Amino acid sequence: MKIHEYQAKELLRKYGVPVPDGQVAYSADEAEGIANDLGGGIVVVKAQIHAGGRGKGGGVKIANNVAEARSLADEIIGMNLVTHQTGPEGKKVNQVLIEQGIDIDRELYAGIVLDRAVGRNAFMVSTEGGVEIEKVAAETPEKILKEWIDPAVGFRPFQATRLAYGLGLQGSQVKSAVKFFLALYKAYQETDASLAEINPLVVTGQGKVLALDAKINFDDNALYRHKDIQKYRDLSEEAASEVEASKYELNYIKLDGKVGCMVNGAGLAMSTMDIIKLSGGEPANFLDVGGSASAETVKQGFKIILQDQNVKAVLINIFGGIVRCDRVAQGIIDALSDLDLDVPVVVRLEGTNAEEAAEILENSSLEFSVAKNLKEAAEKSVAVAA
Amino acid sequence: MSILVNNDTRLIVQGITGSEGAFHTSQMQEYGTNVVAGVTPGKGGQVQEGVPVYNSVREAKEKHDANTSVIFVPPPFAADAIMEATEAKLDLVVCITEGIPVKDMVTVRRYLEDKSTRLVGPNCPGVITPGAAKIGIMPGFIHKPGRVGIISRSGTLTYEAVHQLTNFGYGQSTAIGIGGDPIIGSTFIDLLELFGQDDETDAVVLIGEIGGSAEEDAAQWVTDTNFEKPIVSFIAGQTAPPGKRMGHAGAIISGGQGTAEDKMKALRAAGITVCDSPATIGEHVDAVL
Repeated sequence: MKIHEYQAKELLRKYGVPVPDGQVAYSADEAEGIANDLGGGIVVVKAQIHAGGRGKGGGVKIANNVAEARSLADEIIGMNLVTHQTGPEGKKVNQVLIEQGIDIDRELYAGIVLDRAVGRNAFMVSTEGGVEIEKVAAETPEKILKEWIDPAVGFRPFQATRLAYGLGLQGSQVKSAVKFFLALYKAYQETDASLAEINPLVVTGQGKVLALDAKINFDDNALYRHKDIQKYRDLSEEAASEVEASKYELNYIKLDGKVGCMVNGAGLAMSTMDIIKLSGGEPANFLDVGGSASAETVKQGFKIILQDQNVKAVLINIFGGIVRCDRVAQGIIDALSDLDLDVPVVVRLEGTNAEEAAEILENSSLEFSVAKNLKEAAEKSVAVAA
Repeated sequence: MSILVNNDTRLIVQGITGSEGAFHTSQMQEYGTNVVAGVTPGKGGQVQEGVPVYNSVREAKEKHDANTSVIFVPPPFAADAIMEATEAKLDLVVCITEGIPVKDMVTVRRYLEDKSTRLVGPNCPGVITPGAAKIGIMPGFIHKPGRVGIISRSGTLTYEAVHQLTNFGYGQSTAIGIGGDPIIGSTFIDLLELFGQDDETDAVVLIGEIGGSAEEDAAQWVTDTNFEKPIVSFIAGQTAPPGKRMGHAGAIISGGQGTAEDKMKALRAAGITVCDSPATIGEHVDAVL
């Protein structure tokens, strides 16, 4: 799960990670009030959307006084912000973070993420703050310093110290950075975060270490034990169709093609998308209906796929293991009888009771194209969608 | 031969009294797997699917000389169940549970470091040696005894591959689903090593997917060790967009890492046969054998 910058900073503040003073505003009036509370001087007005690249898209502006803060907030709230991460359609801004202006001396980077290869979290820092860390990793990997965290003892002060010196910090800055890093790790660990990224991490003109930006993602599988973090979920940031699908425990991701697909199992669902493409088409979505493809899930799956106006054909690919294909076939017929379907459907059912399933489909009064294997299924659906 | 499981497997089912555990225990028994006991804390003394239930793995192991366990425990308790089975010194633990928090698995992986127990999974369909034993949730009937090993990060896609092999007349020595999570027990490399030593495996099918670098690591290992048996591979997710989790917690392209293209390139560079299409896994195995 992703959260907004202002929420991440609120969380970090609780864990003692230094962040600039500031507050979220939903209107120009609120922004004015906050700018006043911050002393009436220079503030930064930052659009709050989940995508990165907000500055370049015109979503982060500096205000020299309260009046400017008000007019900038007025301009940014409600705007459609386009960044390299939002896609060309952009994202509507519903709120802004009004933050104290900071006198920046150095821009650094700090992040914590799981290193899957070793099964441990890695604490990374770099002197190259403010740029994308992937770019630094690709071009100048020697500028990223890493410490791997042993879960038996946690992130140790000596490791934090080594990172601080590695960044070239001096004097009291080292102590501030060590404190910062340890607090950041504590926040990451205790909230079951899957990513904590401070970019840039700044050293101020007064020698303070601060999180100028903050991005925290959480492990969806661990949200059950963090009721407080669940509250941070912003449904307006997620595709409505994906939210709808998740209500039925369906895993749906919208894509841009014409061939809708409904598959059981994530790996097979991805493969089905792949073979649609290899057959000359483009998949309209990823949809994993999970292990128990019942009549109800099949029906909901159809509804979600068909909300997408681009869909010109639907391919159903179910490999029945524990799930019996004859039951899935009946589910498909029930669903189609209830729905007013105007696109062709290609069905491929394999595995447990596949023959009985084929018979059920053939004997129904509904129109299906039944495919014997994966290749035929993909080719047929691409052909009818064209 | 085969690897990991065979006729000597004596299985404990952790979470046997839950609906999934009970159902799959009966399915495994039907396949011929020797299920010797079940474990559910608080349900010791009961009988489920004809086998005695114990409060702890240690007790079940001591009474029945068990060597393997399969876990159907819900996600909040699954990591503990893995560690319990490890502490009881079972040879193999297969964790089916989907949705275990990553933090818990970081601890499990650390705990396993100096232990003798091998973990398969979590979030996997399990391990099957056709004709001998099925440990997990895969449909037994699509498999057939034979000489091709299968290692896969996916569930139903593994069934698809098995089905294609069986249709081409190739049986399987052992098929293993290693799981779709970011942290898993046995990796491609661990199992390739075992298949390499297995006299009854002639070739290996390796099914990967986007996310992480397990496939690249396996390709490097194949090159470094001059692995001799033919490998046929398929990578799911060639059309997956970056930044979107494709069902499995581990299947996500992030920061330009973990793309299908990179994985396929690395595998080809190691001399591995890579199928562009998931429909041609059987054909390619037929071609290399």
